[in-house]
Amino acid sequence: MIKKFKPALAAAAVSLALFAQAQPVFAAEEQFFPVIGYRVGPYGANGQSFYGGFIDYLNYVNLKEKGVNGVMMTWEECETEYNNAKGVECYERLKGKAAKSAGPIHNMSTGISYALIDKSAQDKLPMAMMGYGRTDAVDGSVFPYAFPLVTTYQMQASAIVKFIKDKEGGNLAGKKIVYLYHDSAYGKEAIIAMEAEAALNKFTLVQIPVAHPGNEQGAQWLKIRQEKPDFVVFWGWGVMNQTALKAAQKVGFPREKMIGSWWTGSEEDVIPAGDAAKGYMAATWNVAGKQVPLIADIEKVVYGAGKGNLQDKAKIGTILYNRGVSAAVLSVEAIRKGQEKYGKGKALTGEQTRWALENLNITEARLKAIGATDLLPEIKTSCDNHEGSGKVKIQQWDGAKWVPVSGWIEGNKGLIHPLFQASAKQYAKEKGITPRDCSKEK
Amino acid sequence: MNFFFEVLIGGLLSGVMYALVALGFVMIYKASGVFNFAQGAMVYMAALSVVGCIEKGAPLWLAIILAFGIMTLFGIATEKFVLRKLVNQPPIALFMATIGLAFFIEGLAPMIFGSDPRALELGIVDEPIESVLENFNMVISKFDLVAAGVAAVLVTVLALFFQYTRVGRALRAVADDHQAALSIGIPLQHIWAIVWGVAGFVALVAGMMWGARNGVQFALTFTALKALPVLILGGFTSVPGAIVGGLIIGASEKLAEIYIPPVMQDLFGGNFGGIEGWFPYVLALLFLLVRPEGLFGEKHIDRV
Repeated sequence: MIKKFKPALAAAAVSLALFAQAQPVFAAEEQFFPVIGYRVGPYGANGQSFYGGFIDYLNYVNLKEKGVNGVMMTWEECETEYNNAKGVECYERLKGKAAKSAGPIHNMSTGISYALIDKSAQDKLPMAMMGYGRTDAVDGSVFPYAFPLVTTYQMQASAIVKFIKDKEGGNLAGKKIVYLYHDSAYGKEAIIAMEAEAALNKFTLVQIPVAHPGNEQGAQWLKIRQEKPDFVVFWGWGVMNQTALKAAQKVGFPREKMIGSWWTGSEEDVIPAGDAAKGYMAATWNVAGKQVPLIADIEKVVYGAGKGNLQDKAKIGTILYNRGVSAAVLSVEAIRKGQEKYGKGKALTGEQTRWALENLNITEARLKAIGATDLLPEIKTSCDNHEGSGKVKIQQWDGAKWVPVSGWIEGNKGLIHPLFQASAKQYAKEKGITPRDCSKEK
Repeated sequence: MNFFFEVLIGGLLSGVMYALVALGFVMIYKASGVFNFAQGAMVYMAALSVVGCIEKGAPLWLAIILAFGIMTLFGIATEKFVLRKLVNQPPIALFMATIGLAFFIEGLAPMIFGSDPRALELGIVDEPIESVLENFNMVISKFDLVAAGVAAVLVTVLALFFQYTRVGRALRAVADDHQAALSIGIPLQHIWAIVWGVAGFVALVAGMMWGARNGVQFALTFTALKALPVLILGGFTSVPGAIVGGLIIGASEKLAEIYIPPVMQDLFGGNFGGIEGWFPYVLALLFLLVRPEGLFGEKHIDRV
């Protein structure tokens, strides 16, 4: 019997020997990133730029530094089409792979974030919600695995009011601001902050909702014309953005008096509106352009090596591309931070990455070292502050590109953060969560 | 009172834009008895074809001709590969086929022409007419007036086409009964190819007007949502009905958006704005209770 199988056994032994020779004795550690994102569907164009930037930076770290202390960045993408059900399906598909090592999940969708917030905490997989998602997760004592990093809708609204106040000579008393918003959870998030700012600064706040998808705003803009506001603060999304700019032109409202949220301030939001967008301003937590040394170097290193993720290289340096790079920078910095605690050259588990995200300290000096000066603000997170910054810049569309017209502006933390804490406390009560004692965390 | 008329006129002009999309639905339904779920996707595809051709270097007039060619070819292909096998099948089978077609177009069109939102310049500025603004303090958009003119021409041509041409009469015969039309020698395949081609043309006009207004992007598929209450109101088989339905829906949703929320807020507190998403459907449903076939729809009588 053995004789009969002898040639096959010999062949198998030789193959195994050859295979063993081909593999290094110790396989390099790999840090896995579950990329739950979208490149097709209604908002596919936004996802292409964001995830293109995100993956380009991971590739950049691999090519430039051979990973983080030798740990190579790996990832797998799953397409959600910006659909909540598909987002959950993607999460379930990738969470097994993320069991051994996991970087933060960036799903770029408030709906998907809400759907995953409890699951990710249960599975100990950290979720970053940079500029979207559940904003009271700033309070890490209740939301240990959710990170609305950099800044939140409420802090952004507060910073926009601060910018307007500066423009109006430091006094908003007696002024009128219209808050024109997408009638959804996203649009409503900032209302509480706008109301608090209105009470504090004694300006009149007029709230005007726009039904989804917002491709028709005739009535709203006629109402704005009738109200004669000093400024319009604008919380749009998708087609609502171009429609608003065109409608503002139609009723003769100056675009220089319109300031949008960061989801209304990409090239994709203004180019379709043509000349109607000229002069319009929007908040952002990352700047556009290739003048940022890191962005220029990514193009040189990653695209030079033929490993670029974008099919359309013209997107390099756009707001959303740079936002994707910023998200990846924070993620990789978290891996670096985690390795300082859990061992250099070792991949981090989701639990370890969570600790790292909660102990980030990205200073100006560090941003300069990686070539990201001014790309995004400094970040310092803690157990009771998963946001870490709260700063935005205001940029203006000059007809061809976004130009920053302010420095980093921080929202009124003393006014806004207590609102998060109150909301998180309520959530903890509803879900029966015992908040962590942040004084004992480090 | 001035403000009331400003809202009313703005609403009527918006309604014309809805009617442009609704006309495409009417075309297909009138000629084949099929509710074409893919009409919104066709509007998107048509507009994307225009900007896609412009990006490849074609001037606007050539891009429009090329896009019309693409939509016509698409119409013929739809007849050949989707509808031909479904002759004499229940309407629900044809409806399901158009759902599949919608998803197919939504995937295919951006794959060919790219998914980035883009501007479409037709040379008509979307600004208020200054003389009206100065004399009456009312905002009436130049663009919306042009759109109304385009819609008027389109409706006239389509109404004449259905009423007075051989092909138009054949289309109506096919819509009544596929089998009966076939039995008297009406070439069903040609008729369906023609009607899908004409629906493609209507989609092209609607896509260009909506694309120039809000940018060419995936959200053009949502324009279908605005057309549905128009159809319910005006009737699925009436070309003038689409226009009248559009005007009623446009005007009423704008007036409702302005005047209902303050009343609701006084009564119940809170913020009741943003009602124009659902208000037209409620209005259309109320009409359905009174006239199930719509304002201008044909009354359907079955012999028992």
